[in-house]
Amino acid sequence: MRVPLELNQQTVAKALAEALAEVNAADSFAQLKALKSTLVGESSTLSKLNALIKDLPADQKAEAGKLVGSARAELNAVFTRRESELEAIALDQQLEAEKVDMTAAPVSIRQGARHPLSLLMDQISDVFVGMGWEIADGPELENEWFNFDALNFHPDHPARAMQDTFFVSPVENHLLLRTHTSPVQVRSILERELPLYVLCPGRVFRTDELDATHTPVFHQVEGIAVDKGLTMADLKGTLEHFARVMFGPEAKIRLRPSFFPFTEPSAELDVWHAAAKGGPRWVEWGGCGMVNPNVLLAAGIDPEVYSGFAFGMGIERTLMFRNGVRDMHDMVEADVRFSAQFGSVI
Amino acid sequence: MRVPLSWLAEYVELPKDSTPHSVMAELVKVGLEEEGAHGGDLRGPIVVGKVLEFVEEEQSNGKTIRWCQVEVAPGVVNGIVCGARNFFVGDKVVVTLPGAALPGGFEIAARKTYGHISDGMIASSRELGLSDEHHGILRLSSMGLDPEVGTDALELLGLAESAAEVNVTPDRGYCLSIRGIAREFSHASGAKFVDPAAQFETYSGQGIALSVSDSAPIHQKPGCSSFFLLGVSNINAQAATPNWMVNRLKLAGMRSISIAVDITNYVMLELGQPLHAYDAEKLVGGFSVRRANAGESLETLDGRLRDLHPEDLLICDDQGPIGLAGVMGGARTEVSESTTKVILEAASFDPISIARSARRHKLPSEASKRFERGVDRLVSRVAASRAAQLLVELAGGKLDGSGADFSMEIGQHAIEMSLDFPSQLVGFSYSPQDVIATLEAIGCLVTQTAETLQVTPPSWRPDLTHKTDLAEEVARLIGYDKIPVRLPVAPPGRGLTRKQQLRRRALSSLTGAGFTEVLNYPFMSESQNQIFSNEPSIRLENPLQGEFGELRKSLLPGLMLAASRNLSRSNLDLALIEEGSVFLPAKGAPILELPIGNKRPDEQLLAKLYESIPNQPRLLAGLLFGNWLPQGPMRKPVAVDYSHAISAVQLVAKAAGLSFELRQKAVRGFHPGRSAEVYVGEQVVGAVGEIHPRVAKEFYLSGAVAAFELDLDQIEKLAPNVLQASELKVMTATTQDLSLVVDADLPAATMVRTIAEGAGELLESVTLVDDYRGAGIGEGKKSLTFGLVFRASDRTLTQQEASASRDAAVALANQRHGAELRA
Repeated sequence: MRVPLELNQQTVAKALAEALAEVNAADSFAQLKALKSTLVGESSTLSKLNALIKDLPADQKAEAGKLVGSARAELNAVFTRRESELEAIALDQQLEAEKVDMTAAPVSIRQGARHPLSLLMDQISDVFVGMGWEIADGPELENEWFNFDALNFHPDHPARAMQDTFFVSPVENHLLLRTHTSPVQVRSILERELPLYVLCPGRVFRTDELDATHTPVFHQVEGIAVDKGLTMADLKGTLEHFARVMFGPEAKIRLRPSFFPFTEPSAELDVWHAAAKGGPRWVEWGGCGMVNPNVLLAAGIDPEVYSGFAFGMGIERTLMFRNGVRDMHDMVEADVRFSAQFGSVI
Repeated sequence: MRVPLSWLAEYVELPKDSTPHSVMAELVKVGLEEEGAHGGDLRGPIVVGKVLEFVEEEQSNGKTIRWCQVEVAPGVVNGIVCGARNFFVGDKVVVTLPGAALPGGFEIAARKTYGHISDGMIASSRELGLSDEHHGILRLSSMGLDPEVGTDALELLGLAESAAEVNVTPDRGYCLSIRGIAREFSHASGAKFVDPAAQFETYSGQGIALSVSDSAPIHQKPGCSSFFLLGVSNINAQAATPNWMVNRLKLAGMRSISIAVDITNYVMLELGQPLHAYDAEKLVGGFSVRRANAGESLETLDGRLRDLHPEDLLICDDQGPIGLAGVMGGARTEVSESTTKVILEAASFDPISIARSARRHKLPSEASKRFERGVDRLVSRVAASRAAQLLVELAGGKLDGSGADFSMEIGQHAIEMSLDFPSQLVGFSYSPQDVIATLEAIGCLVTQTAETLQVTPPSWRPDLTHKTDLAEEVARLIGYDKIPVRLPVAPPGRGLTRKQQLRRRALSSLTGAGFTEVLNYPFMSESQNQIFSNEPSIRLENPLQGEFGELRKSLLPGLMLAASRNLSRSNLDLALIEEGSVFLPAKGAPILELPIGNKRPDEQLLAKLYESIPNQPRLLAGLLFGNWLPQGPMRKPVAVDYSHAISAVQLVAKAAGLSFELRQKAVRGFHPGRSAEVYVGEQVVGAVGEIHPRVAKEFYLSGAVAAFELDLDQIEKLAPNVLQASELKVMTATTQDLSLVVDADLPAATMVRTIAEGAGELLESVTLVDDYRGAGIGEGKKSLTFGLVFRASDRTLTQQEASASRDAAVALANQRHGAELRA
């Protein structure tokens, strides 16, 4: 029924004008996309006019080609421009529709946490590894010899009584839960080559009921160095460096005379805690001293040739005053909120 | 040790305005620890008053008060209201006047009460801190006192006294005396010290039969090395102990009992020598010191009949035991109100023998505390004489010349030390003069030959046995603050060990993935300990709670307890991990006789020592409960199940550089159909799955509880040191899906292995993407769908090549497992 197309200036201009009108009338990207084949595709009027060129006499082909070509070029340019305009608008609309409340995001990745005590032990270990020390581990259930005899505790020393130490049944087997990490020091000097610089972090046991400041299961870190010519000055230097890393550049240490069976001379160690709650003050931190010659002898080391120093401190106590933990219960009850507040930082 | 300051001041020059805190500050410098201050919390004016008259007035509350006129200074009369009625007109009493303060910061002021202005208060002994009992008003006549009106009652009753309390380390027994503390104060401050032991006259007596023997010395040391007796007759055992003595005893932490006992305690506190007083009239025959015989018993002063041990050292008379040496006297010869003659004992006992007896009979006493830590061997005669002298002065006694004296010669060994040894050990250059002067200051006898010193420690310092002890004395008295600071250089280290690194990586991986690390006690009940392991358990001899007397064999019961505790605190979604030791039987036999301490055991013995210790592998366990991801806006919660536990296990595999393989198995304590063992090659390294619901219920956990437990020690042994890279193929991959119908109980992992083997090297990966059972699939069958990725390193594969490889896989699966392509 349709009137056959005729290829002339008017029909081309008309087809172009109609197509342009339709392109301009389209007000959405989707609508324009739907028009694509009818306006610029093979079935479009201009394409059909273009198809007529091949039937023209040869001398008219060039001119007609130019006529249709420029119209198609113009249409394509307008179409593409309009297409990208509408695409941008459509994307804007889509993004607007996708808007969410960013403050109401559900949790998609869980957050875990290390236990602060184990983190603190790792952190302390790193300080000493940085100084060239090695980290030693040992069993929590020990033979009494490593826990007491080799550390110059006389067989009748009061610390060996049942009221302080967990013994394994039957007691004749001389097995106990170590009361300090010092047996690891003994193992280190028995097994390692000299000179040695070793740090022993770990879990220890004493028969104290759990309360705000005591727990039967707690953690210590002890260090031992055995070398030629070590003195208390080396002990002080090591502790001072350690204190500064843990408590900041203003930290300093103080030694007070004391007594331990496994060191002579012995000292209590205080640290100047500049950031303490309630103002800077001295805080009791641990014990230390020069390794008692009897301990060196237990490992077959000649105390006339070698000397050593040793020190130890409680991890719970350190966490308490360094990080403001007020109650021991929080550290032992496995309440996930306690670890969660620290995450992986202490 | 509590030290009344006025007592201390008798033997060392205390600065005028000393307080317990200033004294402690000095003592801390030389190694005594500050414990606290006592007394000194009363403030005047507190005076002696005389009750001139009083009127009793009944109050509307039914109480009767006395409105008293009390003379508080010559000619000065105050009106005072008093609620007590146990005094009479003419009584001398203690009046706290306005401006005074009582213990606990109770300030006295003139105040209106019961219709009068009460100008002060008449004090009871309890209000003055003199006794804990409430006997009403303190009447000074009851103490045998009749002072002038207006006398300062603080002074009169010794109430102005205060004491410093210091903690004495176990090596310094001599500091459990005023004598020792005074000496240390002198060392710390430079104040002049006068040795009380050199101040008192000494006496001796004769005629009391005494035999000292030892049939069972401990460590070859005789139980008694000196025994001194001194008789005092004619004493009035009912004489009141003077106030100054009661006060000092009280400040030192001891109760006043009777004049004879108070004096022995007083001298013990002063000189450090425990003393005992026997009622001479109750003694039968002479004294003997010996070990107990089998079957013997003794009724001690506390009224308890004690079965004696052949190691117990006894004081006996001809009838039998009259005292557990150095620990507690016997009831039969106890001093009483009717005693008229006492025999004082001052002895030297072996510290270890006394310590064992005190512990055996659970009788830690002031005496045993001192003997255990070492008592000055040479002070016993002085102490007994001082006590006798006080009995003469305060109880009318008379030295009757009776006594006995036994003393073993004990050679005092000199310690040899080079002059520069303290400097070498401490790292500070002490001058020869400093070294010698310090050692002499603590009482040592020092002789010098060239660069070497011969040092004989004083009798009160049995702790000084080695030159390092002497070096400590030099460092301690000259001051630890003088020691310089030097940072030693350790030889190049090797960093953390493989095991330490594995522990850290595993913990970081798991906490990074959302687990929270916890640390649990290892104490388990017998039933908890049986849940996951049937290995023999290790029991504690003295657990804190009897029920929890075993050491854990698995970390999982502890994690379940931790989970229930968290649930009770409304922490509902849990993913817990713990890394720690478990306790399993030892490889070797127990060592019944321990080697001595100060010598390296030979290698064979050392190996036996190591093997006597229970096996304690380090495990890593996890427990999941509730939701893995919580509910959120537009988000359904993701509940935990076995898959979370399996994924966690695979994270640990990655942290170790290993691949783990699961083999389905009903693991003890786990859900029988939802558990598996974890393998590396043919080695089991752990288990994973869901906890058996019956087990979970015991811990009040309902719903799925997923868990895993891995042996980190095993894993470390199997882990590679260095991982080798494999080539990454970069040509385009060809993917195909494959659905196979197999028996329902054929593990998917087995199929994965078969497919990989059958498809050959073109197959890059195979992933299980679906497990379908039901309509269209035969009974007892399942359809497993796998995603296959094919790739070659040198060319893009054609579909035909990929299909050929796939068909080979299908053929092998069919041959091995009867697998059929799903229609």
